[in-house]
Amino acid sequence: MTGPGADAPVIEADHLTRRFGHVVAVHEVSFTVPRAAIYGFLGPNGSGKSTVIRVLCGVLRPSGGRGAVLGHDVEREAEAIKRRIGYMSQKFSLYADLSVEENLDFYGRIYGLSRARVRQRKKELFDLTGIGPFAPRLARQLSGGWKQRLALACALIHEPDVLFLDEPTAGIDPVARRELWDLLFALSGRGVTLFVTTHYMDEAERCTHVGYIYLSRLIVHGRPADLKQLENVTPAETRRLEIICPQPAVTLPRLRAVTGVRDATLFGEAVHVLVDHTVDDAALVAASGHAPVTVALRPIAPSLEDVFVTLSRQEARRRAS
Amino acid sequence: MNGLWAILLKEFAHIRREPITLFFAFFVPVLQLTIFGYAINTTIDDIRTVVYDLDGREAGRELVAAFENSRKFKVVGRVHDQGSFDYALASGRAKVGIKIPPDYSDRLLRGQQATVQVLIDGSDSQVATTAMNGAALLGLMQSLGRGRALAESVQLAAARDPAGRPALPIEVRPRLLYNPDLKSAHFFVPGLIGIIMQLVTLFLTSFAIVRERELGTLEQLFVTPVGRAGLLIGKLIPYAIIGFVETLIVLVVMVFIFGVPIRGELVLLLGLCLLFLFTALGLGLLVSTLAKTQLQAIQFAFLIMMPSILLSGFVFPREAMPAPIYWISFAIPVTYFLEILRGIILRAATLPDLLPHVMGLAVCCTAILTLSIARFRKQLD
Repeated sequence: MTGPGADAPVIEADHLTRRFGHVVAVHEVSFTVPRAAIYGFLGPNGSGKSTVIRVLCGVLRPSGGRGAVLGHDVEREAEAIKRRIGYMSQKFSLYADLSVEENLDFYGRIYGLSRARVRQRKKELFDLTGIGPFAPRLARQLSGGWKQRLALACALIHEPDVLFLDEPTAGIDPVARRELWDLLFALSGRGVTLFVTTHYMDEAERCTHVGYIYLSRLIVHGRPADLKQLENVTPAETRRLEIICPQPAVTLPRLRAVTGVRDATLFGEAVHVLVDHTVDDAALVAASGHAPVTVALRPIAPSLEDVFVTLSRQEARRRAS
Repeated sequence: MNGLWAILLKEFAHIRREPITLFFAFFVPVLQLTIFGYAINTTIDDIRTVVYDLDGREAGRELVAAFENSRKFKVVGRVHDQGSFDYALASGRAKVGIKIPPDYSDRLLRGQQATVQVLIDGSDSQVATTAMNGAALLGLMQSLGRGRALAESVQLAAARDPAGRPALPIEVRPRLLYNPDLKSAHFFVPGLIGIIMQLVTLFLTSFAIVRERELGTLEQLFVTPVGRAGLLIGKLIPYAIIGFVETLIVLVVMVFIFGVPIRGELVLLLGLCLLFLFTALGLGLLVSTLAKTQLQAIQFAFLIMMPSILLSGFVFPREAMPAPIYWISFAIPVTYFLEILRGIILRAATLPDLLPHVMGLAVCCTAILTLSIARFRKQLD
């Protein structure tokens, strides 16, 4: 290891800003990612997730602030960063007219690996990703899930210390998604730091750390468990409840109409509400319009989705005022 | 130079997977050269001519025969009224109309000047110019013939040849060098080689890079430690090789199909072809730094090709261009290359003969390569 010690953050962003003309794509974003973390980077489409990744990978210059990966500055030492990171972009971006093996060979050569080393790494990656049987097949003939595995294998050929994945599971089926995450956990176990953008809340729950970017600003980041305890997600004078009732979709607007109900969201067969302490259970049951025996209430902790939805609403209100 | 070998191998793998690239690179230019080489012919013969002979006697018929014998004119019809005469020209059936007045023979016999009206359709300027010169020359020759006959009869001549026969006082003897038969192919085919070389290289190079940009594979490459030089050179070498092989092929076609021999030094010719090839590669690279999509690349490439074809002296002589356009033509690399090609192939020109053009091409090459390499960054924007 060169540079910082083992405790130093692997990725640092300090008031990182990127503008495209007059549009501010990323506004003063600051966070750190420790070694071997799985950092989930969440946010709506167009909020600046991919831009942050591109700046950290050294292919986009920051317009302001500072970023560093493995102790190297993203602006001045981009090439030093590039040797030690892997990157899987949002869109499949390998050579469709080359075979699986040719793609791996190509990236092995690009990183200057010896022929023997490439052979050995291919074997290891075939074992890790299970793509070995498809080696002679052209990349364009692979299904979505296998394409992602090939992209992952190519990004890993040079044993990077950090792996950036931009929506790696977008558009692949649930089984392939689960398997890809198993691979990511395996990598994290080997000490690889992962920086993953995603839309899926269940994926966010699997991360060791998450950050939520909304309209180009990072509005919250930390460990999922810590975020759920946040004061402004569930303020002191409120509580979160799950209300299981018949016809929840019909019940939702009724509950929203009750004064003291700050938020109500549909969750499958139930409605999740955030209510002031002044509103008691009986009032909610009455407002639901169902017979009390058919309605069940229980206190719940906020999910990450609750955290992000609550915080983005607060942020939107704050910016509107 | 990091990754040069990797890029190079990959480019060849792409070409191997898509042999149609080679078809377009090698076969299509040969086809173009053959078609254009035969189609572009500026020697104009057999201009469609209509005759309105109001005289109808011996002298009138002789005149029409003289027109036909010049091979420039071909009588496609005779008309007997003014309406049909006008209609033949207006409808485009004939480009030239010869109207012989009723008193043509009489006036000639009386020793008076006879007037023959020749109407020429001016809409195609090249045909019209040929017809006009042809008709004027014919009138002059006919008049001279009559003059000589008269001189003979009175035993008086302005000048005599060594054998004592009456002759023109001044004889101009033009001799055509380098292309004695005035074959259009000799002029156009060498030029066409330059145009085709630029066309193929420009398109192949710009597409090779813009395609990667469009597919996102270029972004993926930017995230690797591949060197800028390695990336560029690895991308350009395969197309430089294709371009050079293609140059050899079209030269062979020129020599063996069109019978245009290379009079000058082959080594000099190939060396300067390489210089031009690098210029064309630079243009392709420049397009690839400007275009985000392949569609844009096509448009930029056409933007470069149009002046290369029209203003370089390939089709229209640069001497005839208005001053500002003439100066612009110096900024087009093909301009110099055409002079070099025609110089070496037709006139056996040597390097010192061509120095100004070689310098011009070298300056263009350096400027374009410098600009395009400077614009090419391992960054997105």
